[in-house]
Amino acid sequence: MGQTLAEKILQRHTDQAITEAGQIVQCRVSMVLANYITGPLAMKSLKAMGEKPVFDKDKVALVCDHFTPNKDIDSAEQVKVVREFAEEMGVTHYYECGEVGVEHALLPEKGIVGPGDVVVGADSHTCTYGGLGAFATGMGSTDIGAAMALGETWFKVPPTIKVDITGTPGPFVGAKDYILNLIGRIGVAGALYKALEFSGEAVENLTVEGRMTMANMAIEAGGKVGLFSVDDKTLRYASAAGRSGDAALTPDADAVYERLVQINVTDMAPQVACPHLPENVKPVDETAGLKIHQSVIGSCTNGRIEDMREAAAILKGRKVDPKVRCIILPATPTIWKMCMKEGLMEIFMDAGCIVGPPTCGPCLGGHMGILAGGERTVATTNRNFRGRMGSLQSEVFLSGPAVAAASAIAGEIINPAKL
Amino acid sequence: MKVTGTAHMVGDHIDTDAIIPARFLVTTDTQVLGENCMEGLEAGWVKRVKKNDVIVAGENFGCGSSREHAPISILGAGIPVVVAKSFARIFYRNGFNMGLVLLEVGDDIDKIKDTDQIEVDTVNGEIRNLTTGAVITCSAVPPFMQEILDAGGLVDYAKRKLS
Ligand code: SF4
Repeated sequence: MGQTLAEKILQRHTDQAITEAGQIVQCRVSMVLANYITGPLAMKSLKAMGEKPVFDKDKVALVCDHFTPNKDIDSAEQVKVVREFAEEMGVTHYYECGEVGVEHALLPEKGIVGPGDVVVGADSHTCTYGGLGAFATGMGSTDIGAAMALGETWFKVPPTIKVDITGTPGPFVGAKDYILNLIGRIGVAGALYKALEFSGEAVENLTVEGRMTMANMAIEAGGKVGLFSVDDKTLRYASAAGRSGDAALTPDADAVYERLVQINVTDMAPQVACPHLPENVKPVDETAGLKIHQSVIGSCTNGRIEDMREAAAILKGRKVDPKVRCIILPATPTIWKMCMKEGLMEIFMDAGCIVGPPTCGPCLGGHMGILAGGERTVATTNRNFRGRMGSLQSEVFLSGPAVAAASAIAGEIINPAKL
Repeated sequence: MKVTGTAHMVGDHIDTDAIIPARFLVTTDTQVLGENCMEGLEAGWVKRVKKNDVIVAGENFGCGSSREHAPISILGAGIPVVVAKSFARIFYRNGFNMGLVLLEVGDDIDKIKDTDQIEVDTVNGEIRNLTTGAVITCSAVPPFMQEILDAGGLVDYAKRKLS
């Protein structure tokens, strides 16, 4: 019987024969990740497991990205805990200060995660690396503490939902719209405990960055992983990031799937997820005209260079509505520098945007763009739960970069085609 | 373990930002997290809770982030058990690892209403609604997870493996 992508990748990391979904397997991990919200708890657990060193100092990544630059004394103290742990353990991949970026943009860019890897992270959006063909999933701190100590963890082999995406998208429609559309169809629990496997010409035509945008939000459908085959594009991306030895990876033709979801993107409009769940998805025109107070372009979902370019193409030569805070956060220092070199920073500043450092910041209601009661934002982030970006009486609408940029200019939600 | 307490109903898709908003994630202290349990659902929610009360939830409880602060804040509020129609995946793992008992009961969740007195027998997988007399049985803990529970949680399980 053939294997799905999820089964194929897990099989490479275990000595047990994978025969069916539901089976519990013990797998070796390629990389274990934590940030400084989840890290201190993982470290506390690791210490309680007997004061042992991490299993491999080159296979642990610690990224201080959430409230960076530290917003208050408490967050500074938490960073300190992680920094001291990294020093004590000699962790190679420790990121803070001028080197830090949003973890799920940073690690792929540095080649720390890549095709065929099994990655576990104490952050739910660890699933982003599925865009590179890695079985990557989020776990809690104690699971991560155990993985740091043991170099292995257990998985229940997930059943897979195959998502076939065909057609040719129109202007201002891309990866974010595809994934929002899918979540709108299957719901926030639609892939609970399951793997999503993406295929079809529209997916093949996406860049690796676009695939990561989609894989990133697998968790918003409840999914364990969101996986893409490894093709020439992936291999080029991985080798540009300094990796070697990666190989193409596709599911078997006779792999068994739990169900098939088919989406045609040819007539798809830009999509928006309305408050307060990512499944409340509508074509942008149905939300058009709602006044906004803020627009956030960044995060592990849409803070990469292509997203910056997409926003800049809309903002060029235009002005942000004076009543809107348009906050742009390139997700890593490298992306920041590319924005400067390509002249995007000038476009953003001329348009009246606020450009911030690489940080999660407002995405989780941390800092640098918090909403007051009654305020509304459009954001390229991934969650619009009640109070996610500030007051419980505020509202978050999720979209791709084009809609977020266009709405900042209009002062209300708008289809970029109608700007 | 047998627990008797008041049922506190929450809805479907209660996310981890509702259980413990990000602004409280600057501590790992159980008591402090417990004092702010469900603060993202309703300000002051936790005030209604007495020790050994039970959260009764709809579908997909604990969706969202991987923050272990969520099960910790529930335990910190004095709540040892959550009964739900279904749980989000990461939360389910985290709950067990932290020693929070999670019982998945599907549509039987409708047999419990807010403020009902319920008795939960975690070993036999039985929930008695003392207010209405209804009884719900739920499936046993999967064997591998039982192994972790038997070791006294994941920390002790790993400790044993490492020594
Ligand atoms: S950008 Fe937002 S979703 Fe992504 S890791 Fe940071 S806080 Fe989490």
